[in-house]
Amino acid sequence: MKRIAGYREPYPGTQPPHLHPPYVSSIKRAPTKPQVRIPYTLSEVTGPTFKPDIVSPKASDLTRQHSGEPLGERIIVSGRVLDENSRPLANTLVEIWQANAAGRYLHEVDQHKAPLDPNFTGCGQAITDSEGRYRFVTIRPGEYPWRNHYNAWRPAHIHFSLFGPAFATRLVTQMYFPGDPLIPFDPIFNCTADEKARNRLISVFDWESTVPEHALGYRFDLILRGREATPMEE
Amino acid sequence: MSLQATTWQTVGPYFKIGLHWLDNDNLAPEGVSGERVTIQGRVFDGDGIPIPDACLEIWQANAHGKYAHPEDTQNKLLEPGFTGYGRVPVDREGAFRFATIKPGPVPGPDGKEQAPHLLVSLFMRGLLRRLVTRIYFPDDSRNARDAILNLVAPDRRDTLVAKRAGSQQGTLEWNIHMQGEHETVFFDLGA
Repeated sequence: MKRIAGYREPYPGTQPPHLHPPYVSSIKRAPTKPQVRIPYTLSEVTGPTFKPDIVSPKASDLTRQHSGEPLGERIIVSGRVLDENSRPLANTLVEIWQANAAGRYLHEVDQHKAPLDPNFTGCGQAITDSEGRYRFVTIRPGEYPWRNHYNAWRPAHIHFSLFGPAFATRLVTQMYFPGDPLIPFDPIFNCTADEKARNRLISVFDWESTVPEHALGYRFDLILRGREATPMEE
Repeated sequence: MSLQATTWQTVGPYFKIGLHWLDNDNLAPEGVSGERVTIQGRVFDGDGIPIPDACLEIWQANAHGKYAHPEDTQNKLLEPGFTGYGRVPVDREGAFRFATIKPGPVPGPDGKEQAPHLLVSLFMRGLLRRLVTRIYFPDDSRNARDAILNLVAPDRRDTLVAKRAGSQQGTLEWNIHMQGEHETVFFDLGA
């Protein structure tokens, strides 16, 4: 009987706890009882797969989804999706969503008094290529206030959602921008104890992907959990 | 070279913008074999208040107990048209509902079959990373021998087993309680 190889444990402090009281919404929503540790089975090492044609090539350009161009600073966000063993992850679905340049989301719950942009939805998808690369064209999202605490403002960020090869490798995270003065004050950014792990959520300004006369490039690599070594036959 | 996995962050309150395009409340279109079930429920916070900004993702095997994934090398039938994946957001009352088929059994950690189950990833504003849980089926004698269910304290196992919803044929109810007396059991996969 072959035991199933699982996925690697996170390095201590590099993933957030469920309860982080400075992020007030976690208080009534984080479970209070310990999670039950289970061994990996076929259920957790398999997971949804997507055909590349599920995503239209246009879905990765958030500036061309309407009749006109959205307001704001056009940017290119690109990077690679790798696993912890440094293997590029091809054919992985990457989904993003974000606020517009004024810091407003196209969502009925967002009541921030900043204008919506009729030329910006704020949603994109891409499938990684054979080297694990993805690339989005979008606009730089605005910062916006929220009601977590007095004078609370979210730093500019883009939400990312990825699947990877298995149910166990799912990742949802947020990408930030270098030099944003709001980052040190943000309880969501700060929920992860390990400073280096937190700082890896900040994208890097990237000359190579910057297009002259057109758009600045930001690089953001994403690392999904790597497989443990295959166990010996028992 | 060894890298460290990217840190999770919450989906926040506005995930619908980015995730809605893949919503799917019917995992088993016509032609897919298996016992049809509709699973409905609500998601509640620590005050018992329904959570209006949560999203479930379902992962399951087909009626033969086969996952549509290259790592499932079992000699069992694949069902064209059945991916086993569903993305199901809750509505403003914290309620969700999706249609699927009851999966067949898949191998467990001890080489014995697991009882039929669905995997669930749970995302919401306020959750800094997803939670993972399972839905088992009522009146299935295999539940008593299921290796994963048997890792759970006996008095909490019922949070993982859907109940028959009234007299409606094939409709099951399964609620999620984030905290409190009926707090749902969540599983630790190492992250």
